[in-house]
Formats: sequence, C-alpha cells, structure tokens
Amino acid sequence: MNIEIILFAVLALVAATSSVMMITRKNAVISAVFLVLNFFALAGLYLLLNAQFIAVVQVIVYAGAIMVLFLFVLMLLNTEAEHQLFIDKRGIKFFAIFIAAFVFIEIAFLIFKSNPSKNLSPDQAASINSGTIQTIGQQLYTNYLIPFEVSGFLLLAATIGALVLAKKKFE
Amino acid sequence: MPANNYEYFLLLPHIVLSVGIVLSILIEIFTRKGKEVLPWFSSLLFLFVGFYSIINIDKNFFIFGGMVEVGGRASIFNFIFNIAALLTVLASTDYIKKYGINYSEYYILIQSSVLGMMVMAMAHDILVIFMGLELMSICFYILAGLNRKRSSNNEASLKYFLLGSFATGFIVYGIALVYGTTGSTSIQNIFENFMQYFNNILFIVGMLLLLIGFSFKIAAVPFHMWVPDVYQGSATSVTGLMSTAGKAAAFSVLLILLGTSLSYSSPIVFRNYFSVIAVLSTLVGSIIAIAQTNLKRMLAYSSIAHAGYMAIGLAAGNNYSFAGITFYLAAYVFMNIGAFTIISLIEGKDETRLTLNSYAGLNKKSPFLAAMMSLFMFALAGIPPMAGFFGKYYVFFGAIKSDLTWLAIVGVLSSLISVYFYLRVVVYVYFMNENEQFEIEKSVGSNLAISLTGLLVLLFGIFPDSLMNLIVNFIK
Repeated sequence: MNIEIILFAVLALVAATSSVMMITRKNAVISAVFLVLNFFALAGLYLLLNAQFIAVVQVIVYAGAIMVLFLFVLMLLNTEAEHQLFIDKRGIKFFAIFIAAFVFIEIAFLIFKSNPSKNLSPDQAASINSGTIQTIGQQLYTNYLIPFEVSGFLLLAATIGALVLAKKKFE
Repeated sequence: MPANNYEYFLLLPHIVLSVGIVLSILIEIFTRKGKEVLPWFSSLLFLFVGFYSIINIDKNFFIFGGMVEVGGRASIFNFIFNIAALLTVLASTDYIKKYGINYSEYYILIQSSVLGMMVMAMAHDILVIFMGLELMSICFYILAGLNRKRSSNNEASLKYFLLGSFATGFIVYGIALVYGTTGSTSIQNIFENFMQYFNNILFIVGMLLLLIGFSFKIAAVPFHMWVPDVYQGSATSVTGLMSTAGKAAAFSVLLILLGTSLSYSSPIVFRNYFSVIAVLSTLVGSIIAIAQTNLKRMLAYSSIAHAGYMAIGLAAGNNYSFAGITFYLAAYVFMNIGAFTIISLIEGKDETRLTLNSYAGLNKKSPFLAAMMSLFMFALAGIPPMAGFFGKYYVFFGAIKSDLTWLAIVGVLSSLISVYFYLRVVVYVYFMNENEQFEIEKSVGSNLAISLTGLLVLLFGIFPDSLMNLIVNFIK
C-alpha cells in the first residue's frame, strides 16, 4: 500500500468522524471545535489532491478566522434556549436521519455506478503546477476575471446588508 | 488569454453600473445626503445603462474567452432589468418613507441586485451564472427584511433566505456534478458533447439539480412554497422588483441553457421536466389565487401561474417559444410593477388596506388609479390589446409548433380560470360601493411610474411587432 492511500484513509476517517461528532454534541462550543478538526482533515485531503493553495486557505480562513469568529459568537450568545426547540420532537429526529441515510445511499450509488475517476489524467507534474498560487492568480486575473470581480461586489453587498440589518438605531 | 481593450469597452454597461454602486456608497459616506441624492442618481444610472444596452444591441459578441455574451439577448434583458429598477425607484421614493425603510442602502442594494441580474443575463459559463445569481439573491434577502420592526418583514426575509439558500445548495451541487463529469464550466462546451455526457448518470443528476434550483428561483410548482409568504411579507416595492426582474433574470439563465442546447442538438430531453412544471404551475397558481382576498398574495399566486405559462415555452424548446418568453417577460415585468405600485399607494401606513374590500369603489376616490388598475388586471389576464395577450400568444404558438398542442390547451384553460380573479378586482373597483373611507396618498413618483408602465403595457400590446422583431433578430 502506498502512503497516499494510507493518508487518505486516515484523513477521510477523521473528517467523517469529526463531522458526525459535530452534529451530535449538545454543547455548541464542542461542536465548533470538532468543526475545526474537520476543516483540518479536509485541508489534508486537498493537499493530497495537489491543491496546495486551497489547503492553506482552508486552514487560514476557515479553521482560523471564521471558526474563531464562530466561537466568539457562540460564547456571547445564550444557546440554552435552542435546546428547547428539540425536546419532545423525536419524530423530526428520526425523519431527519431517514432522509440523511436516503441521500447518503443515493450519492454512494451514484459514485459507484458512474466511476467518476476513470477519466483522470495521470500527469502528475501538470497537476502539481495547477495548484500553485501563481497559476491560480493568473487564472483569476485573466480567464476568470468576471466571476472574480462579481464576487467582490457580492461581498460588498453582503457587508452592506450585514450593516443595515445589524444597525442599532431606528429612525 | 488576457482580454483586449475592446472587450472591456463592450462591458461598459456593467462597468458603469459597478462604478455607480461604489459612487453611491461614497456619496452616502461623505455627504450624508444619500437619501435625497441617491433616488435621482440611481434613476439616471438605470436610465443610462438600460438605454445604452439597447442602443448597442447589434454589438453581439462572445468575449472573455466565450465566458460572457454582450449585445443581442443580453441587451434586451439589461433593458428590462434596468427599466424595472428605474420604475421601482420612482415608485418607492415616497413609499419607503411611509414603510420605515428610508435608508440610502435601499438604493445601493437595488443597484447591486441589478448588477447581479445583468451578470446572469450575459453569462455563458456556469460559474458566472452562479456569481450573478448569488449577488442578486443576497441583495433580495436583505431588501426583504429591511424593516426589522415589522414581524412580517422578518418572517419574509428569513423564509426567503433559508429556502433560497436551499435552492442555491441544489444549484451548487448540480454545478459540482456537471463540472466533475464534463471537466468544464462553459455552457457551450457542455452542450457540444451533451449526448456523450448524457450516458453518465452523474451528469444527468447534476443537470436535474441545476434545473430544480432554478425552478425554485422562478417560483414554479412544486418549488413555490416560499412565494406567497415572501411576497406578502416584504415591502410592496421590493416585492414588485423581486417578483418581476428577479424572475426575469432566472428565466434568462434558463433561456441561455436551453438556447445553447438548441443550437447543438435538441432540448427535447428537458421537455418532460418543463411540461410537468408548466401544467402544475399554471393550474395550481390560478386555482389557489381564486381563494385569495389579499391582493399581494393573489399576485404571488398569479406570478406562479405566469411562471407556468413561460415554462410551457421552455418545454416547447424552439426559437419561436424562446422569443415568446422574452416578450412575455418584458410584458409581465411592466404590468406587475404597475400593479404593485398601485397596491403600495392604497395599502396605507401599516399595510391595513391590502384586501379586496379596500378596493371597493376606488373609481370614486381616484378615477386614474381605478383605470390603471383595470388596465394592469386586463393585461395580466391576457386580454387584447394589452401586452399580456401577445406574451401568451407567442408562447402558446411556440408550443403548437413543437406539437405540444395539449400543453397550449392547458395554458389557455388556466388563463380562463385566472380571468375570474383578475376581473374580480375590476368589479370591486368599478361596481362596488365603497365601504372604507380613506385618503389616497399623493406621490408624484408613484403616479409617474404607474403612467409609464401603463403606457409600456399598451404600447407593447398595440405594436407587439416592434419589440418582437427586435427579439427575433437577436435570439439564436
């Protein structure tokens, strides 16, 4: 067995386990910590796919910045009230598990039926090159200029929206 | 491949609008007079971008490596979006003061949402479509919930956000699967080898998820649950914009997808899907609308039915029906904005006068509003010589060309049902005695918007060829 498969197995196991742990914990802060673990495992998977830049961004932006923000919000908010929502609603829980299992089986079936990796190019060097920050930057400012600029306006609109909706004072 | 300068020049409408958004923010920050300046500034901006686009309709090129298409169909849609936004801004200057959302951000968000729509209408790449869609949707989520004091606003915004995100989830998953199987996000590329990919079950599922996501956005049955609550709960001027221009933007994407598919093979594989959507939407929308006494809710169900009529054209999948849908969208946008503007004048300070009873005897209070309301209702019902009639006519004609006569018959039957609830409004307006005493607000902007939409609806209805020729020439 080569090292790639072993690493993949370990990282995938960590990612899957931590995401299940995340949604089953009662305490929201512990859930958030499991989410961080999940992000790290995903970053490792990206590295295995030769997507170095995305792996680094995953750690810096998601596991770092966004999760710290999440943790602060969770500690500031009173999450006790949320528990009341789920008491006495076992029916919903089973229904959700049923739907999740159904979707899981569907996706697993799709993946095994269609064999999506059969067309993968075996060219390792090109693959390593395409994940570098230089290639991504070049692509963003030439071929993908329009979606890149539009995403800037998307963030601007979202910022304005957050400010408007969170504004303290009414007229 | 870097783009040359001419390509940037062709993108001038989008660049002007983007610069306008940034300028609007700066005006608000540095002069603190955004509330007085921005209505005029936005109106001029929309006017310029709309007319500049339509004047340059013959500069029809694929630029940025085939990622976007300028001119042609994109120009027609740019015109529709910008004029719709212009009318909304005109109609809302007084309305948003009354409603309590007189923020300068209101105008900035409308500008951003129009930018999103324009990006959607020109996109020939799934990635660009997605960015435009999100830009538009996020602005709409915020606009729907701009007044935090009203619980109806909060409810509308949250429902719209949750279900809209759900739909976006479908679209992203679809994009992932399509990209995974084809290795490309270019629509042209995907449809060139469509039949080859079509053997792959992952590709079929991806395409289906994309279609489902967009069916949410056009508010077609069975993906319509959010529509009545969101349209009723949002500010009326916002509802006017998102039920018309927002829907037109989603349709523009479907037209690009099916139009590209038409030029390589035949969009016949989508026929069953859109036939089911069309039958369900037209019938469910028309029948449930009969039971509504709240006018905003009634128009919400009517918008579901209209999505159904347009889906008939998508099912037909030929150039006649695609041109027909474009015409229908133009007509639908203007008549609906007119109707919503009248509602915004009648509804009063706390939306207490939304039911049919408040319209009883409107003729005695304001003959102008009564006449215009009747005009829009006749147009929505599809009675000639209003624009709505020709919209339906062209779409049904396209369906018959594709041997889908049964679908056209379903459409005609459901229009017959819909005549009942549209004309009920006219009966209330003219033949009922008024049972509520109230003063109708005076708003120059709203009256101007109503007159302009009325004029457009009549012009498109009396001279349908002028617009139709323009569309036919540029729909490929």
